[in-house]
Amino acid sequence: MREGNWRPRIVAFFCNWCTYTAADLAGVSRLKYAPNARVIRLMCSGRLDPQLVLAAFARGADGVLIGGCHPGDCHYLEGNYKTLRRFRLLRRLLRDLGIEEERLRLEWVSAAEGEKIRQVVTDMVETLRALGPLDLPGQFRQWDQEVETLKAQVVEAERLTPQPA
Amino acid sequence: MNPTSKPKVAFYWCASCGGCEEAVVDLAEDILNVVEAVEIVFWPVAMDFKKQDLEAMPDRAIAAALVNGAIRTSEQEEMVRLLRRKSQCLISYGACAQLGGIPALANQFEREEILRYVYQEAPSVINNSGTYPQPATPHNGDTVTLPAFRNSVRALDQVVEVDYYIPGCPPTPALTKAALDALLAGRLPPRGTVLAPDVALCEQCPRLESKPKDLSLDAFQRPHRTALDPEKCLLAQGIPCMGPATRSGCEALCIKGNMACTGCFGPTSRVLDHGAKILSCFASALAPKEPQGIDQALAGLPDPVGTFYRYSLARSLLRRKRGPSQTQHFIRGNPP
Amino acid sequence: MRTPRPDQVRIGFYICHCGTNIAGALDVGEVVNHVAGLPGVALARDYKYLCSDPGQELIQHDIRDHGLNRIVVAACSPLMHERTFRRAVEEAGLNPFYCHMVNIREHDAWVHTDRQEATAKAKALATGAVRRVALHKPLETKKVPIHGEVLVVGGGIAGIHAALILADAGKRVYLVEREPTIGGHMARFDKTFPTLDCAACILTPKMSAVGAHPNITLWTYSEVTQVEGYVGNFNVTVTRKPRYVIEDACTGCLQCIEACIYHDARFPDEFNLGLGKRKPIHLPFPQATPPVVLIDPGTCIEFKTGKCKKTCVEACADRRAIDFQQREETRQIQVGTIIIATGFQTFDPRRIPYYGYGVFPTVYTALEVERLLNAAGPTGGEVILRNGKPPQRVGIVHCVGSRDENTNRYCSRVCCLYSLKLAHLIKEHTGAEVYNFYIDIRTPGKGMEEFYNRVAEEGMHLVRGKVADVYPDPADPANGRLMLQVEDTLMGRILKVPVDMLVLSVGLEPRADTQEVRRKFNLCCGPEGFFLERHPKLAPVSSYAEGVFLAGCCQGPKDIPDTVAQAGAAAAQALALIVRGYTEQEPNTAYVREEDCSGCKSCIPLCPYTAISLAADKQKAFINEALCKGCGVCVAACPSGSIGQNLFEDEQLLSEVEGVLTYA
Repeated sequence: MREGNWRPRIVAFFCNWCTYTAADLAGVSRLKYAPNARVIRLMCSGRLDPQLVLAAFARGADGVLIGGCHPGDCHYLEGNYKTLRRFRLLRRLLRDLGIEEERLRLEWVSAAEGEKIRQVVTDMVETLRALGPLDLPGQFRQWDQEVETLKAQVVEAERLTPQPA
Repeated sequence: MNPTSKPKVAFYWCASCGGCEEAVVDLAEDILNVVEAVEIVFWPVAMDFKKQDLEAMPDRAIAAALVNGAIRTSEQEEMVRLLRRKSQCLISYGACAQLGGIPALANQFEREEILRYVYQEAPSVINNSGTYPQPATPHNGDTVTLPAFRNSVRALDQVVEVDYYIPGCPPTPALTKAALDALLAGRLPPRGTVLAPDVALCEQCPRLESKPKDLSLDAFQRPHRTALDPEKCLLAQGIPCMGPATRSGCEALCIKGNMACTGCFGPTSRVLDHGAKILSCFASALAPKEPQGIDQALAGLPDPVGTFYRYSLARSLLRRKRGPSQTQHFIRGNPP
Repeated sequence: MRTPRPDQVRIGFYICHCGTNIAGALDVGEVVNHVAGLPGVALARDYKYLCSDPGQELIQHDIRDHGLNRIVVAACSPLMHERTFRRAVEEAGLNPFYCHMVNIREHDAWVHTDRQEATAKAKALATGAVRRVALHKPLETKKVPIHGEVLVVGGGIAGIHAALILADAGKRVYLVEREPTIGGHMARFDKTFPTLDCAACILTPKMSAVGAHPNITLWTYSEVTQVEGYVGNFNVTVTRKPRYVIEDACTGCLQCIEACIYHDARFPDEFNLGLGKRKPIHLPFPQATPPVVLIDPGTCIEFKTGKCKKTCVEACADRRAIDFQQREETRQIQVGTIIIATGFQTFDPRRIPYYGYGVFPTVYTALEVERLLNAAGPTGGEVILRNGKPPQRVGIVHCVGSRDENTNRYCSRVCCLYSLKLAHLIKEHTGAEVYNFYIDIRTPGKGMEEFYNRVAEEGMHLVRGKVADVYPDPADPANGRLMLQVEDTLMGRILKVPVDMLVLSVGLEPRADTQEVRRKFNLCCGPEGFFLERHPKLAPVSSYAEGVFLAGCCQGPKDIPDTVAQAGAAAAQALALIVRGYTEQEPNTAYVREEDCSGCKSCIPLCPYTAISLAADKQKAFINEALCKGCGVCVAACPSGSIGQNLFEDEQLLSEVEGVLTYA
């Protein structure tokens, strides 16, 4: 990873009814914000399987942003509470595995809060810049170097060893 | 060694407790049928074989090699690569080989931290000279070597390709027998299959009836501080039971012993990350809606990694802890 | 997660220039080149306007000519054109759900300034979509039947108009109004701009038409307390407050009021904003609909002491309409669509203390002046001050609680014109000198500018400036005359204007209980707090809740013509759904893979619509597709990964995650 070129990558899981629409509104209002967030639309933040958060980190996200409806405002009544509960536990799990809590962020954004999208994304990019790259794919490669060395040796040894009859 | 026409079978253990070897013996009289049907060509724990014996065999000469234990050292890597080369079918036997198992919980620490603790800081250790194991040590004019101790613990399939998995800590005799029977009869499912039912444990659980439809948990209980009702669903008693997220096939042995499922059979085939899934399930079942109330309810889960990834940390999406752990936490051995 | 069998996927990728909206902000060619190299992509193109007919035809021809079986359209928000492209794809013989949109306009081109970064983001989003669409499955839209009944919430002119249109079309309408009578704000107005026709003359015929219409069930003094269900099948609970008068028995003869133990009306009258008086038993105003009196238990002797002679009951005699035992009642109704016409509230000028409202008795709100002007009002149409004298000099302050950083930033749209109207009427009634203090005079709309010219020619004083201070005139403190200090920004000088009546042209605000109503009906609010329409231009009366439409000022300030037009549009939209008889729902429902389910019941309590049950014979969870709304909460929580969700499958989302992370 070339530090100089590094830009934080954020995978953003947005609820269709609030945060996604707010991001649309930010667009219609031509608000300008950091280009680092890649939005994935869900019908409800409650659809967000924690596996997807971990997968996003494992595949190279520096941060994951979850956007749901304000408490009491869920389009599906209570999906956002489920998100909140998972989020609280997931952050602890991430912290215990050495991933800074700030890399996972949950924001309540109503459909009208285009400005909040701008603030949240811009702020999160700054936070991630301060934390630096997570780069788990790179970490995985680095962790696996210890076995890659031997693998190479074994392959080489097998190449040199004649096959017993 | 008498060459026979019987299929050749090998057993090997890596980073494991030995329980899986016991599990093979647990086949009881059935093992006689197995021994009758196969020729055991490699089983260091029970019979006198050497690495050279294995090396001397033609490639793919072994019909099936059953490997238990996680992969922690260079020696284990070397041996499983060799077994892979010599075997037509490499079977991961038990939770450690499949998922990393209990040894993989050490993935919460860096190698240096582990060595420092084991050789210096542990309460029972006196090591004034600060002696640490060395990969190579001169001895009487010769060099004595030790296998390299890797920084991470790995599941078997993170080092070599695996054909089948027999899950469990340890696998039950019934599963073992069924797998061997299928192997001998040549009726094997597609490669990569876990040889156990692909449905979660609740289906086999004798307490399923007593599980209420709505748990609405306000708190999680620590099992050692709770007098457990021997009939009632453990989750309904606030005990973190991994059963809903864990593959069945174990005959609910722990539950029958009034213990919660800790997840040794691993997730179903549809799940990428065992811990994330049970986390989602538990968190969703909470009653509180405010951050504070939620955190209070979750306080009964002091060690999410140890609870949700008891066996599967190596095979989880994040694989291990990133960066050094807090030494404090480590020395106390147990989280508060 | 299950890896689906990859059939022969041939993806067509299309990126829209959207004129220069997209093409001006990012390099569409570069995106095309990038996507063309991705696995499964058979064709990648850019086009100026994909949503145009030729744009859609391009895609359709390519589907046929190149055997495409998946389409990715990178353009505007899917909330905008997803249906357009799905329909186009379907017309070309492909399942519509093989089409997926990438939002590179609202989420990219419009919000980023760096061309290179915007291009990189478009590539990443497109890669996610390409990966995802490869795993799409053919799906069928679910058709849900729609009940023919309509609920109209709010009986102002918007609700009245919408209800009448629907009822005239033969549909059963439930009109629910919180106040004891329908009519809303319009019933309080005297004349209406720009035509100066009398509000009552044009409103009351419509009110009585509502009261008499066989297809309208009118519930006044009632509130919607609960809404369950969804488009086509809303289950609504309406709570009817007790008026202590049996509605069916009351003939509106008003003899009870005459007979009330209180000889004089002595309690502040709500309809006249406290400017007049009423008795405990009263009718809000002569043309109230329904013409049914009500008793205010807060002031009625019988309710306070239990010892009243009940002269009202005597007067009612055989009609036996008065019932002191009446209790709150609830009604359950089932409706297919809902029109929200809950209106607005006027800005409370106490929030701007220096105008002196509530401090100086000669300061009025515009709505109060409407009542003073009205022949049926507390003064019989005479503009007289609280001290009994007619004003000689009147100041009207525009934009009170509008276009103001400290209160509301938006323009309330109607104040300029009603201020001019009040100026005209006050002058007509009293011959007073009238001063209008304005920021800008805004008079768009048919006949409005002409009206402004007419009023201006009548000799109004129009001063461009905001009144900065209001204080008792030191020269004449006894008569309550006020001194206004204002900078005339056209003349560039400070004026001090003495007036003996100050009228505050208060703006229109969302009602205080807007948030409560919003939650009840699952609506969204805009930043200023009014209900948010689904699209400001193309879906102006649709809300974010399917089957719920917006009419009138609850959606934003507007005048009567616009309100009526919008109410008509809302009625037409509701009617369109009813006449079609069904609604198409996104097939994004969740389903249980029965052979995989362990029957652990984890999912069952999570469903907000109780769509999940345990099939008793099999001990497997079962999702009732008709009840499932597609939130996916159960999918995320299923601990063994045994629940899928159409359009949001685990592997689809995972591929999308991987895809959007492929950029470097």
